[in-house]
Amino acid sequence: MNLRDVIKLANGTLLTVSIDADIQVSGGYGADLMSDVLAASRPDAVLLTGLTNPQVVRTAQMAEFRAIIFVRGKQPQTETLQIADQENIPLITSPFGMFELCGRLHQAGLKSFETNVPG
Amino acid sequence: MCPVRIPTEQEKHGRRGRPITDHDAQEINRVEELSYDLKVREVMTARLHTTSPEVSLSDVLEILRLNRISGVPVVQDDQLVGVISIEDIVRAMERNDLTETVGQYMTRRLVTVASYDSIIKAMQTFTESRVGRLPVVDEEKKLVGMITKGDITRGILLALQKDYKEEEVRKYRASHLFEDIISDRTTLVLRYNIKAQDYTHGGNASSNIKRALLRLGADPQIARRCGIAVYEAEMNLIIHTNNGGILKLEVEPHRITMSTTDDGPGIQNIDQVLEPGYSTASELVREMGFGAGMGLVNIQRCVDKMEIESTPGKGTKLTMRIQVPAENFNGRKNG
Repeated sequence: MNLRDVIKLANGTLLTVSIDADIQVSGGYGADLMSDVLAASRPDAVLLTGLTNPQVVRTAQMAEFRAIIFVRGKQPQTETLQIADQENIPLITSPFGMFELCGRLHQAGLKSFETNVPG
Repeated sequence: MCPVRIPTEQEKHGRRGRPITDHDAQEINRVEELSYDLKVREVMTARLHTTSPEVSLSDVLEILRLNRISGVPVVQDDQLVGVISIEDIVRAMERNDLTETVGQYMTRRLVTVASYDSIIKAMQTFTESRVGRLPVVDEEKKLVGMITKGDITRGILLALQKDYKEEEVRKYRASHLFEDIISDRTTLVLRYNIKAQDYTHGGNASSNIKRALLRLGADPQIARRCGIAVYEAEMNLIIHTNNGGILKLEVEPHRITMSTTDDGPGIQNIDQVLEPGYSTASELVREMGFGAGMGLVNIQRCVDKMEIESTPGKGTKLTMRIQVPAENFNGRKNG
């Protein structure tokens, strides 16, 4: 699915200036721990998070995420928006909570990029 | 090159709904920048068809038809006195008046732009005057050309294309660095000073390192591994050191070495910090999503070799190495 579909499913509002909405999103990842994100993610996914500090954008950039969606309608800090615009990483805010949004995207066919621990 | 724009709610009311601040000025994009940099004279049409007030409308119609243009400026004694356009001629036709002269029907309300104006000024004038083409005059108010919105679009596109080519040349040069410089052992060293507790800028150095590696022609997979490892190391300097430290990148054709050095507090038990989940981070750091005790574990996963030397009270040196396959950094474009 492309980023336009993801924004639609998330009932999302785009916060950054310009994006390529046709870009393909291959999977999803939901986390509030940035080290977890760096440890387990594959590139080209969308990151769902409740964190709004600038490190979220840096993490997304390093791990090559396509976009960041803030859950529960959170608004990012000014510095976060600035870095995101500068690094061309789309920021989206969604009214849904983490569980709800993960569920909606997963049900619509977006794969989980989280690595399960063998148990 | 051409991202699809989805205007946000705020954007409909101007740039995030507020006047442009110094912060915004930093993020102004290249097209906006070009709108101020490019001058009218650089994009206007200088080869001009003109006419004079005493010419008959039917003759002007012939000029327009033959040249496939929709209007011409009217000049008398070297001075611009008006513009005659298809719309004016249509008005004359309605009255069966084509034998009349240009002077009778031309638009005299003269809106002009100066050749030394920026194209943003011209765009504003187009919006305000609601005309499709504007005469361009020089410092002495002499007619020197005509400008249309199409000229502006073409000018911006040409300038962007030039930008793009220059970036390609820069990239090409950087990626040939190791071929161009002959020595027994060439190493490119980049150093970054990292401040303790500077959470806001955390990751800036790593971001620059990743960009540098890609520009040097590194394989995107390798650049990604380096980026993640060096980002964790950079955050460690910010979170855990007393006085910050130095982040260093050494690029050789066969190997990338990244290291951090600091002057304390040092690590008491190295085996312990390597255990997944072990963390000494503060609540503040955890709230930012770090300090989960995964940093060094992540680094180990990304690099081929990791070494920690530490003396409590003195400081820590962390070295990370990634081997580069032979075909990298040879100037061929990867990925």
